Amino acid sequence: MKLSELWLREWIDPAISTDELSQKLTLSGLEVEALIPVAEKFSNVVIAQIVELKKHPDADRLHVCEVDVGQAGLLTIVCGGTNLKLGMKVPAALVGAVLPHNIKINRSKLRGIVSNGMLCSGSELTLTEDSKGMILEFAADAPIGKNVWDYLNLSDRIMDISITPNRGDCLSVLGIAREVAAVTACKMRIPPVLVLEPTVPDKLFVKVQAPEECPLYAGRVIFEVKADIPTPIWLQERLRRSGIRCISFIVDVMNYVMLELGQPMHAFDLQRITGDIQVRRAHLTEELQLLDSQTVKLNEDTLIIADSVKPLAIAGIMGGMESGVTFQTRHIFLESAFFQPSSIARTRQKYNLNSESSYRFERGVHPDLQVQALERATELILQVAGGQAGPIVEVRQQQYLPPQTTIQLRAARIHKIAGFTLEDAMIESFLGRLSFVCEKNISGWQVIVPVYRSDLVLEIDLIEEIIRLYGYEKLPLHHPIAPLRINAAAESKLNLSLLRNSLCHLGYHEAITYSFIDQKYQQIFDPLHKPNVLINPITTDMAVMRTNLWPGLVQTLLYNQNRQQTCVRLFEIGLRFIPVPKKVGSFSQQKVLSGLLSGTALPEQWGVTCRAVDFFDLKGDIENIIGSRGVFHFKSAAHPALHPGQTAEIQRAGRYVGILGALHPGIVQEIGLSSTQVLLFELLLDELDCAPIPKVLEISKFPAIRRDIAMYVDQTVPSQLIQDTIVEVGGELLKAINVFDVYQGRGVPVDHKSIALSLTLQHSSRTLLDEEVADVMSCVISVLKQKFAVELRG
Amino acid sequence: MTDLDNLLHQATVEIEAADSLKTLDDYRVLYLGKKGRLTEYLKSLGQLPIEERPILGQKINLAKQQLEVLIERRGVILRQNQVAQQLAAESLDVTLPGRRQSLGSIHPVTKTQDRIEAFFTQMGFSVMEGPEIESDFYNFAALNIPLLHPARAMQDTFYFTDGMLLRTHMSTVQIRAMENMTPPIRLIAMGRVYRRDFDITHTPMFHQVEGLMVDENVTLSDLKGILTQFLQSFFEKPISLRFRASYFPFTEPSAEVDIGCLNCDSHGCRICKNTGWLEVLGCGMVHPNVLQNVGIDSERYTGWAFGAGLDRLTMLRYHIADLRSLFENDLRFLRQF
Repeated sequence: MKLSELWLREWIDPAISTDELSQKLTLSGLEVEALIPVAEKFSNVVIAQIVELKKHPDADRLHVCEVDVGQAGLLTIVCGGTNLKLGMKVPAALVGAVLPHNIKINRSKLRGIVSNGMLCSGSELTLTEDSKGMILEFAADAPIGKNVWDYLNLSDRIMDISITPNRGDCLSVLGIAREVAAVTACKMRIPPVLVLEPTVPDKLFVKVQAPEECPLYAGRVIFEVKADIPTPIWLQERLRRSGIRCISFIVDVMNYVMLELGQPMHAFDLQRITGDIQVRRAHLTEELQLLDSQTVKLNEDTLIIADSVKPLAIAGIMGGMESGVTFQTRHIFLESAFFQPSSIARTRQKYNLNSESSYRFERGVHPDLQVQALERATELILQVAGGQAGPIVEVRQQQYLPPQTTIQLRAARIHKIAGFTLEDAMIESFLGRLSFVCEKNISGWQVIVPVYRSDLVLEIDLIEEIIRLYGYEKLPLHHPIAPLRINAAAESKLNLSLLRNSLCHLGYHEAITYSFIDQKYQQIFDPLHKPNVLINPITTDMAVMRTNLWPGLVQTLLYNQNRQQTCVRLFEIGLRFIPVPKKVGSFSQQKVLSGLLSGTALPEQWGVTCRAVDFFDLKGDIENIIGSRGVFHFKSAAHPALHPGQTAEIQRAGRYVGILGALHPGIVQEIGLSSTQVLLFELLLDELDCAPIPKVLEISKFPAIRRDIAMYVDQTVPSQLIQDTIVEVGGELLKAINVFDVYQGRGVPVDHKSIALSLTLQHSSRTLLDEEVADVMSCVISVLKQKFAVELRG
Repeated sequence: MTDLDNLLHQATVEIEAADSLKTLDDYRVLYLGKKGRLTEYLKSLGQLPIEERPILGQKINLAKQQLEVLIERRGVILRQNQVAQQLAAESLDVTLPGRRQSLGSIHPVTKTQDRIEAFFTQMGFSVMEGPEIESDFYNFAALNIPLLHPARAMQDTFYFTDGMLLRTHMSTVQIRAMENMTPPIRLIAMGRVYRRDFDITHTPMFHQVEGLMVDENVTLSDLKGILTQFLQSFFEKPISLRFRASYFPFTEPSAEVDIGCLNCDSHGCRICKNTGWLEVLGCGMVHPNVLQNVGIDSERYTGWAFGAGLDRLTMLRYHIADLRSLFENDLRFLRQF
C-alpha cells in the first residue's frame, strides 16, 4: 500500500525521522519497500489568478493572460492551456523559476508578445502523468502568491509498504497508524467521528437475502449533490500519492475514505435504482455490464447488489456501469458493507476481477466501521458538493460477523517458542500498545483481541505479536542442541556427487534445463509417450512435462552451436514424467541421468588427430561411470529418436537400466543441428542403486598366459556373443578377454569382419602347463568354428 | 721398455680414446678377456724360468688392475656422456599444453546444493526428496493454506487437468517427511520448484532449499543461531544478518532474513536497491496447525523451518548478474565452474 507520509503523520506523529520510522515498520513486519518523493524538485512557482484573458492576436492556440501573483502590478503571461478561464487560480512559474528536469523559465517573446513566466500543467510539475494540455487549477480559496511547493505540501514522501496477506487491517491510514503506535509506543490522534443529522427523511429499503455472506449492509441517500464539481486538489493529491486515479468527485471520496479507514464503499446513481436494494445471489440468466465496461454472465454462486428488477453490482468487487455515478448524477446512494472474505475470494477468482475493494474485503475489513465510513464520506461530500443526506440504514446480522476473540496466553509458552524469558511487564506493555485488553491469571493472561485483528486466533499468533514488538534483532543466537547420531547412507547407494564428478572428468558439463518443454519437441523425441500437459503454461515452449531430458539437452546443443561452441558434452540429472501404463492420467516421476555428446572426441590439440565422436566414445564413457555399479549388458535396441543401427539398451541383471545411441539423422535435419553426429543417453538412477560391495578375490601368484585369436566372422555376429561363448568354453582358467582389433574392408571376405581377441589364462594355485593352455585354446577355436563358422586368420 | 710396457701403453691410449661403451667393451675383451692379450701374456708365464715368474706375474697383475681401473673410469665418463646426450636429445617444450580430454563442470546451482548439504549433514540432518508434481494437499492445505486463502495469490501456481500442480516450494517435502517420521526430526530438502513468473528476476522454474528441525526444545533463538552460522559459512564471511518479522501461513512467528549487501558492503547500490540489504530467505517456527496436520503433538514439540532460493544464493556467491544464465547452459558460462 502506498500512502503519503504527511497524511500518516496527521494520524500519528512519532518524533523519529522518516528513515527510522520505515526501519521500525520494516523490522516489525510492514516492509517499507520504497520511499518516493511526491514530486520532482521545482522552485519559484506561485499561485496566480487570471484577471484578464485575451486571445493571442497572432496565434490561434495561445492566450495572453494578465495574472495576479500577489506582487505589485500584474504579469503578462502567454499560455497555450485549453482550460483557461477568467478568475481561475493556477500555478505560475515566475521568471527565474526552475521546473523539474532542470527547465529554467526566462522572459521570452511568444509570437511577438513578451511572456513573464509560464502557467504550469500538472505534468509540468510532475504531479500528473498527462495533463492533456490543461493547466492545473487550484480551489477558489487558494492564497494568491503562495509558493506552490508549500501549498501542495510537496516536501512529502510516498511510503510504499508491502502488506502481508494476514494484515488486511493495515490497508488504510488508520491501520498503519495503529501499527506505528504499536511499534513506536506513540499515541494516535484519532479525529472525532462526526455524526450527521439527516436533513431529509428518505431512505432506501435494504433487503439482505444472504446474511452469511453479507452480515452488515449500511447505506444512505444524498439528494442534490453537485457530482460534476472538481475534486479539491488536496484530495486529488492524497489519492495520487496512494497511486489511485482520480475519476470524479464522488468516486474520489469513496476511494479516499477507503484509504483513510480501510472500508471500501460504493456510490450508486439513485435515479438508476428501481425499488429496493437487495443483497442476494444472482440468477443464472442475469448479466451485468461492469464499470470496466466488460459484460459478465452472472451465476448462482455470485453475491450481487440488485434493485427490485436488476443487478447493480457484484458485491464488494465491482459496480455496474449503468448504476454508476456520472457528472450528470443528481442524487446518490452510498453503500458501506461487510462482505465475508471467502465469498469475495471465490467470486474474485471466478471472474478474475481484481479491485482495491475486493483486495480489502478478501483480507477482512474492520467489521464495525461501516457506519463511521458512511458518515465520513457524507461529511466530505456535503462539504464540497453540497446535498441533503437521509438517515443511515443499517442491516446487521451480528452472528455472522467475526466474533470477538479471547485467547489464553501462557508465559511459559512464550519462553518455549522464543527460547528466552521476557518479563511480564514488558509483555503487558506490548499487549497494551497493540490495544489488546488483557487480564492476568495463573499461567499468563486472558487476552481480548480487537475485532479488526481477524488474523489473531491462536496463542501462537499472540506470541508472534509479542516477539515482533520485542524485535527479532534482539533475539539471542543459540546453537540447537541435539543428540549425536550417525546418519550414514548405505555404501551401496548411488552417490550423485561422485557420479557428477566422474562425468565432469570425462569432459561433460552439467546443464539444468526446464522440466516443461514444447509439445512439438516432446513429440519429436518421445512420440510413444503422451506427456502431462499444463493447464496454464507460461509460453507454448514450456507447455508439457518432459518425458525424457533429450529435448532440453539438444536445444542446449543448438544454443551453443549458434554461439560457435561445437564440441559439446552435457549431462543433466532430473525428473522425467512418464505416464503410468494402464493408469490414465497418472504419471511416474523418475529421476534420470541424461547426456549428450557431440563434436570431436578430444578437443583440438597438437599431437592428436582430430576425429568426430562416435557411438563407442559414448559407450566407453558410460562403461566408465557405471562400471563400479555391477555387471551391465548392452543389447541392440530401438528408440524413435535414435539411429536404428546405433542404439543400445543397457541392462543389469535382466532389468532395463537405460539407453544410448546416435540421434536419428532425420531429427538432426529437422532441428537444424550443424553436427552430423549427436549421441544421447539416458540412465534410470533408481536402477543404478544397490551396487555390489567388493569382496576381494585372492590374486594368483602364478604367471598369466596370453593367447591371441584373430578370425574372420560374418559381420552380423555380435562381438558380445563371441566373447560370451569364449567365456563359457574357457572355464575357470580364463581370467580375461579383450577385443583388441576389429577390421572390415580390404583383405576381409565380403560381409565379414576381422576380429582379434586376446585371452588371459591363469591358475590360482600353480603354474599352467603348456598343454592345458593349448587344450583351452583348441576347445575355444573349435566351438567358435562350429557356432559362428569363423575362419582363423593367419 | 718391455713388451708388457708397450702393451700397457697402447691399451691405455686406446681405452682413453674409446668413444662409446661398445668400443670400450671391445677393448676390455681385447686386453682382459679370456683370450685377451694380457691373459695370453699371463698364460705364457709358464714358459719362463721359475724364478722370473713371480716378478713378471706380479707385473702382469698390476697391469691388469691398472687397465681395469682405466676401463671402469672411462666407462663412467662414457655413461655420463650418454645420459647427457639423451637428455639433450629429449628436451621438451614443457610449456606446450598437456594432451587431454577437456574438463567438464558441475553446475553452479549443484555446487551450492552440495555445499549446503555438507553443512547440514555434518550436523546430523538427513537429506530428503519428493515429487515435483504434487497434490494441493502437500503444497497448500497441509501447510495451513486453505483453498480461498489470500496467501495462494503469493505464488502463482502451474496446474494440470487433474488438479495436481507443480510444487511451488520445497515445504511439500517437509510435510511428506513429517508424516512418516516421529520427532526428533532434522532434515533438509533441495530441488526444483515452479511458479508462473518470467521476467528479469524470475524464471518459471528455480531451486529451493528447505530446512526443518522438530524436537522438544526447539526455539526461535536456535533458528536465528543456525541461520547465522549457515549464511556466514556459505559466504565465508562474517556478514551481517537482519531478521524481519514477516508472514508465511505455515510458520509462526515468521521472519524474512536479509544479509548485508555483499556488493557494496551495505553502503547501498543498484543490487540492493540502495537499502544495503539483500533478502535471502524466509523462516519461522512451524505453525501448530501444520504439526497437527501431520499428527505431531504441537504442545510437546516445536519446530523451525526455513526456505531459501538456491539460485539467488548461487548468484550472490559467484557474482552472476543474470538469473537466466543459470538455465541457458552456455558452455562459456559453465566452463567457469
